[in-house]
Amino acid sequence: MIKVANINKSFGEQAVLRDISFEVSEGESVAIIGRSGTGKSVLIKHLVGLLHPDAGEVFIESENLVGAAERQLLKIRQKFGMLFQEAALFDSMDVFENIAFPLRRKGLTDANEIKQRVEEVLGLVELSGTGEKMPSELSGGMKKRVGLARAIVHRPKIILYDEPTTGLDPVVSDSIDQLMMRVRDRYHVTSIVITHDMRCARRMGQRIIYLIEGQVYLDAPAGEVFNSDDPVVSRFIKGQSDIKEVGLS
Amino acid sequence: MSAAKGELSSFLEGMGRVALLACEVLRSLFTIRINWAELIRQIHFIGYKSQFVVLTTGASTGMVFCAQTYFQFHKVKMDTAALSVVGVAMTSELGPVLAGLMVAGRVGAAMTAEIGTMKVTQQIDALRTMATHPVDYLVVPRFLATVISMPLLTILAWLVGIGSAYLLAGKLLGIEEAFALKHMYFYTDAEDVLMGVIKSLIFGALISLISCYHGLNCGNGAEGVGRATNEAVVHSCIAILISNFFLTLFLRAVLYPS
Repeated sequence: MIKVANINKSFGEQAVLRDISFEVSEGESVAIIGRSGTGKSVLIKHLVGLLHPDAGEVFIESENLVGAAERQLLKIRQKFGMLFQEAALFDSMDVFENIAFPLRRKGLTDANEIKQRVEEVLGLVELSGTGEKMPSELSGGMKKRVGLARAIVHRPKIILYDEPTTGLDPVVSDSIDQLMMRVRDRYHVTSIVITHDMRCARRMGQRIIYLIEGQVYLDAPAGEVFNSDDPVVSRFIKGQSDIKEVGLS
Repeated sequence: MSAAKGELSSFLEGMGRVALLACEVLRSLFTIRINWAELIRQIHFIGYKSQFVVLTTGASTGMVFCAQTYFQFHKVKMDTAALSVVGVAMTSELGPVLAGLMVAGRVGAAMTAEIGTMKVTQQIDALRTMATHPVDYLVVPRFLATVISMPLLTILAWLVGIGSAYLLAGKLLGIEEAFALKHMYFYTDAEDVLMGVIKSLIFGALISLISCYHGLNCGNGAEGVGRATNEAVVHSCIAILISNFFLTLFLRAVLYPS
């Protein structure tokens, strides 16, 4: 369903992605992990055509995003839902209008159907009755849930999650994890999660792709990664810093 | 000198990109369904809420210009010609230029700051992932609203500027009102009015395109939004002043062929 072939991306002198290749099948749930600054968010933006690689190709159901004009990409993006790191809610609209936005842009005009679908996803993310609130009145966790509701309301085939639990307390993070799993299991969507939260990766990833300095270090089933003897992988999963690296030796 | 050179090169480069944005907007105008609710909201913000600044600027300019013209003309006993100078200047030059500068300061800055903030908070990326082109959704309504509002604001500036000049001339400077009005009607041609309207349409297009361009291309963080807002206002004002000169020459040749 998604095929990334040998993509490279640099910003100025800095190479951010280096020869990255992987495939994701329909209905699969993949977690892309790695330390901050390893190019995870840059990679996810390539999957939806928000950034274009310097070299390489990205295919979504055999349609190549690389070289496609922005208006061609708009059609391909109808297959996607995306939850952004800071939720990226439209601050000029209330919660209801934020969630209804993808439906209206898809051409849905029946007010009753829009209301019913918005209320359905608001119920799913346990925020029923908050439709009239403005984004500025919501907590970080609530914003993420509204962002999630907006990402799934138009029933996309693929959902991308960019650091869904970053900046949230452990309890709220747990609720976001539960919601993502509920969405994955209920709608059978293809899910790609970018995270450095190992609990989130463990729960969401059937397969784990571990990035180090813009390169794929490991691409393996979740069980294999979490039981790995490789000290680099095991140290990252356990969240142990390298003493030499922080200059304490 | 090198700072001025840098500014000029950044302005010219920016204007090239603004021209590309203009092409995209024109294409969208013929292919998308206009969002009327958003267009009306923008007209309310750009046109209705700009009335106060345009009104104040128009009245102040009309009165000052009338007084200064009177002080000079009085020396050669041409008092009643003062209002006709105000009429011609307000309709073809001062009205559209001053309304344009005021709108660039009030509306252009707000447009850039709003779109720029949307960019740095990933709201524009969110739009794109929801299969919405930012030009269709953000730029087209603002472009149309500014192009519709600018001539109306310019007409407001004329009415207030000439009206306040008339009151000043008649009530304070002691100019014979009937003669002053007759001279103003005689010397102010329909072509002057048309020139002012055409200029205001073009200034409206320039302000919206330049402001939206800087918003869509602003740098990261609060500093990026601040810099983009500053550049949008400066570039809009420079574009208005430079284009006004060439428009005056061009429209003069077209509207007054003889």
